[in-house]
Amino acid sequence: MLTRRDFFQVAAAAAVLSGAAGGLASAAARQAISQTDLLAFKPVGQVTLLSFTDIHAQLRPLYFREPSVNLGVGEVRGLPPHLTGRELLAAFDLKAGSPEAYALSSEDFAALARSYGRVGGLDRMATLVKAIRAERPQNTLLIDSGDTWQGSYTSLKSAGADMVETMNLLGVDVMTGHWEFTYGEARVKELVEQLDFSFLCGNVRDTEWDEDVFEHTAFFDRGGIKVAVIGQAFPYTPVANPRHLIPKWSFGIREDDVQKRIDAARAAGAALVVLASHNGFDVDRKLASRVKGLDVILTGHTHDAIPAVIRAGDTLLVAAGSHGKFLARLDVEVRGGRVVDHAFRLIPVFTDAIAPDPAMAALIDRLRAPHEKELARVLGRTETLLYRRGNFNGTFDDLICQALLAERDAEIALSPGFRWGSSLLPGQDITVEDVYNLTAITYPAVYRNQMSGAALKEILEDVADNLFHPDPYYQQGGDMVRVGGLSYAIDIGKPIGARISDMRLMRTGEPIDAAKTYTVAGWASVNAHTEGPPVYDLVSRHIERNKIIAMPENRSIRVAGG
Amino acid sequence: MSKNDRPALSRRQLLVAAGSGMLMAAGVAAAPRAAHAGPAEADEAVKKLIGGASIKEGRVNLKLPQIAENGNTVPFTVSVDSPMTESDYVKSVYIISEGNPFPHVATFNFTPASGKAEVSMRMRMAKTQYVRAVATMSDGSVYQAKQEVKVTIGGCGG
Repeated sequence: MLTRRDFFQVAAAAAVLSGAAGGLASAAARQAISQTDLLAFKPVGQVTLLSFTDIHAQLRPLYFREPSVNLGVGEVRGLPPHLTGRELLAAFDLKAGSPEAYALSSEDFAALARSYGRVGGLDRMATLVKAIRAERPQNTLLIDSGDTWQGSYTSLKSAGADMVETMNLLGVDVMTGHWEFTYGEARVKELVEQLDFSFLCGNVRDTEWDEDVFEHTAFFDRGGIKVAVIGQAFPYTPVANPRHLIPKWSFGIREDDVQKRIDAARAAGAALVVLASHNGFDVDRKLASRVKGLDVILTGHTHDAIPAVIRAGDTLLVAAGSHGKFLARLDVEVRGGRVVDHAFRLIPVFTDAIAPDPAMAALIDRLRAPHEKELARVLGRTETLLYRRGNFNGTFDDLICQALLAERDAEIALSPGFRWGSSLLPGQDITVEDVYNLTAITYPAVYRNQMSGAALKEILEDVADNLFHPDPYYQQGGDMVRVGGLSYAIDIGKPIGARISDMRLMRTGEPIDAAKTYTVAGWASVNAHTEGPPVYDLVSRHIERNKIIAMPENRSIRVAGG
Repeated sequence: MSKNDRPALSRRQLLVAAGSGMLMAAGVAAAPRAAHAGPAEADEAVKKLIGGASIKEGRVNLKLPQIAENGNTVPFTVSVDSPMTESDYVKSVYIISEGNPFPHVATFNFTPASGKAEVSMRMRMAKTQYVRAVATMSDGSVYQAKQEVKVTIGGCGG
């Protein structure tokens, strides 16, 4: 699965970086990790594929804790990306406490974050991209696998325009989409018009005529060969997000169409065929095993940061993390219409080690200027680490659930298992910007509703099946719905209907009664006409009321079968 | 959303109609539970249609979404590998649901003059279920394919 070469690249990268292990001040880390080290790479072959995915509209540096729980089921149990913490470090031969360990795992996160500082920032990403393009001017492609236009205050206020401007300046060559579609059909079309590059979705058809809505393939000449890039949007957008926003568009994995696009690209002379995909990693791994002639998949959606290329059949899979934290570089040598050699590095974007690109920094400042005062408004302070990622809970989601219960006077809170959202270190102020980084969606209403115990069980079972169905093609790629005021046990190895047990109302400790109704507050309903205050206002108000936030460890979910 | 999008018994739409916005969308709570067929009822329906013939896997190709975008109207295509000659053709294709109130959804009859045995249609699905396509051949043999289609309440991707 991992080639010796991949391991070597990882080990080399770790060796270069691990001079800075343990307990250093950020200033020291800044000296230990240099821009030159981050860019160190022995080029291979004709084409350099640069890629990132799931930036979620993060223009500025941030903290992002990778998950400590990311379970795989069936054939992928225990395989990347379903390795976390120490297991992940061991599998990729990374030293605990090293910069790479900080970037890739959740181990000792808060302490290492103080040593190594923030990650990402599009001005830093721009510096890396420019440097690699300067080194390989005729060979480089920059590909964005989607979830770029949504996830921040400024993206929500500008309805995605800030990201279109910055991506144009960054010089992206193609992108595909998912959360992009939550701006609705008309706005998506407007923004696609404003792009200097192609928005590729080979799997989106209009429901009336069953015709392609977007371009599906773009061709490039790089390093003397023809490269085809096919786009694959998130197949379950109308299921996972409100269909009423895009009522005329139909999605799906459409494996047969992927094969047709590959064959057509080959017939048109492509020597290298790449899929820019928002399928999610496990879906892409299965897809790669079932289609022929696909050289590379640049996967997105599931936010996995994997420090090596994963092979599935003859296809190389790249998983470049999220939130602008990584830039992936894959160099390939193509001979006789197939990849005969490659080199890979998942480059962590360590903010403090990289000089900001002046043009991008200026653009970001200009885009943020009208909002800067509100973005910086302090709502309170957290005493404990706040983060979202994890299959079952995250402390920021625990805080959101606490806010839903308190502000809407509910017995039970439900909060969606999104995978985007930045982290906050103990002692950090919580600003308006931070709250939007976890909640900035176009359907933010917080409802208050009566639900039966049976309905609650059905929701938990349904979402669990979207996450733990043994066939990846039936997975939607989010995490488990977060709950407040409710405890339960889950056996992920069981079939739908049998995974969830021992549901209890935490306020009383009583078992949830299927026939009884409970008052439930939640947000991100995919139904049209949902009523209630926007979640970002509600959570902001809750933090302002409490001032000091301290989230205890969440012990309300018992997991078996992992 | 058009009125056509919301027939009375839709899981997805019931709550919308009720004016409430449940997270993850569905009207699972409020829906009056119709008596749905199960695998046993589906087996029974197939038996009525084909008699005692043994059913083989293969030759039948089902093209269905894994997860329905709209359970009210799920598009699918069934095709059967057959030369469609006088001596060897597909006589009928039956669409069987394991989760709808009535398991026998549709019958399509063919003759050699059909040229190929392929149909596309849309069907409504009450809930997550297996859909079967059963094809009877001119020589009396029977083939089937089946696939799970999830009708999910959705809403958590991301």
